[in-house]
Amino acid sequence: MAEKVLMKGNEAIAEAAIRAGCRHYFGYPITPQTEVAAYMAKRMPKIGGTFLQAESEISAINMVYGVAGTGKRVMTSSSSPGISLKQEGISYIAGADLPALIVNVQRGGPGLGGIQPSQSDYFQSTKGGGHGDYRMIVLTPESVQEMADMTALAFELAEKYRMPAMLLADGTMGQMMEPVELPEESNDTVEKPWAVTGTEGKREHNIINSLYLKPEELEQKNIERYERYKLIEETEARYESFMMDDAEYCVVAFGIAARVAKNAVVAARKEGVKVGMIRPITVWPFPKAPIAEAADKVRAFISVELSMGQMIEDIRLASECKKPVYLCNRVGGMIPSPEEVYAKIMEVKGGSK
Amino acid sequence: MDNHALNKRVTLFCGHYGSGKTNIAVNWALHLKRLGHEVAIADIDVVNPYFRTKDSQAELVAAGVEVVALPFANTSVDLPSLPAEVYGLVQRRDKKVVMDIGGDDRGAYALGRYRPYILEENDFANLFVANFYRPLTTTAEDAFEIMREIEAAAGIPFTGIVNNSNIGVETRLCDIVGTFPMAEKLSELSGLPIVMTTAEATLCKKEPQYDFFELELQKKLF
Repeated sequence: MAEKVLMKGNEAIAEAAIRAGCRHYFGYPITPQTEVAAYMAKRMPKIGGTFLQAESEISAINMVYGVAGTGKRVMTSSSSPGISLKQEGISYIAGADLPALIVNVQRGGPGLGGIQPSQSDYFQSTKGGGHGDYRMIVLTPESVQEMADMTALAFELAEKYRMPAMLLADGTMGQMMEPVELPEESNDTVEKPWAVTGTEGKREHNIINSLYLKPEELEQKNIERYERYKLIEETEARYESFMMDDAEYCVVAFGIAARVAKNAVVAARKEGVKVGMIRPITVWPFPKAPIAEAADKVRAFISVELSMGQMIEDIRLASECKKPVYLCNRVGGMIPSPEEVYAKIMEVKGGSK
Repeated sequence: MDNHALNKRVTLFCGHYGSGKTNIAVNWALHLKRLGHEVAIADIDVVNPYFRTKDSQAELVAAGVEVVALPFANTSVDLPSLPAEVYGLVQRRDKKVVMDIGGDDRGAYALGRYRPYILEENDFANLFVANFYRPLTTTAEDAFEIMREIEAAAGIPFTGIVNNSNIGVETRLCDIVGTFPMAEKLSELSGLPIVMTTAEATLCKKEPQYDFFELELQKKLF
């Protein structure tokens, strides 16, 4: 195989998952993520894997739940409305402490919405989505290369912490073609004594379950889980800091919005405006530390999003409302242009003098 | 470029999903127009709701190329249907026609309904577009497999190969030249000539010693 290949983001996810040892994919087609399923349909039969187009998203996520119980790497993918349908299953997976990868190539909503890119599933991904006290590690790629790299990373983190991980992309990331260096072959390295793999009469049987009828026991499970979440918040928050050293204004953006905003930051720097950017790479755990640090130095934050400002709450919490947070956004499938972000930076700069 | 093999009334661009068919089709239509032909381009992609011929509609229409596409192509309405006017293009035989076909065998099924007219007239070039940097066609053997699947779905034999190997904005001359052996191998496996090798316009201008077909119109994202 050539060193670099030209891939769509959706294809990069699928190939990267296969290279990470994933041999079980369950899904249901929906634009703009269908290429993930199409690629799996072509490749899985050739490598002894399972591609199954389920009768619905709900079936697909429950099949993921089943395979996850055996400790094998397993994934599903969908786009916003389909991810809504999967929420019950995601909650069960979290409640049974199982690792699994869920890919959301977001499109405009709410409801059936549209097929153009969006980031309006931020609340759904980072604040629950399904029922109960649970969290999910959420990674946000900004290039086709990161789509590939973060797929492998998501499997690793999911296994390390025994919980579902999500790759939160958008229609642009899924559809755009870029050169990509595919990751090396890898597989899980974590011991899984909990997996349901057959006792061979040598051990007690394992049970995969999220039902606890004794409230004391369920309370204890939740407390244990939150101790794990606390550790993840302390150690796994990922971000990229761009031109922040002397910044007086801080743009916060992830995924496609960060890609657009970076152009605006560079353009504003050329005009002598001291602006930088913090790009959350994980949106849960949210990179609170760099935001808190920036809050003591900058005059204002500008959240650039493809939503009505869903990330603003996290920026305010992390910065303890020390500085104002402005919003630069487009929604419903629209993407802000670098010019729009640039204009917002200039407007905020003018207003906060 | 093999001008004899390319000088047909109907030119069909088929190939693996994402191999660059639309990009070549719009550039080829412009090329034919500049040679003085009356030209129409038809978008019969029923697979992909994005990256359509219609992205280049303004440039094509300004150049005098007739664009036949669904009114709702590029409007987010994901409805796999075909424009009725395509029948006119294959039946009237009054101008050069370039057809942009959807990816893989699934896309090529749409050609089936025009097959009787295209075969009866027998003045067509059915070109297999190959990009050896696409992950499912990195070898001649893999490309050949997809070629056979498309041929079976379309019911129209291929007549030539277009080597459109590129890795997007990072493409260097050596990346294209490096795929020549694979294109040769595909030619050997299929018994078909390589009728065209493409390159992006700036690269063509830098390397005039190669007989690349120049791609000017490019769909750009961020």
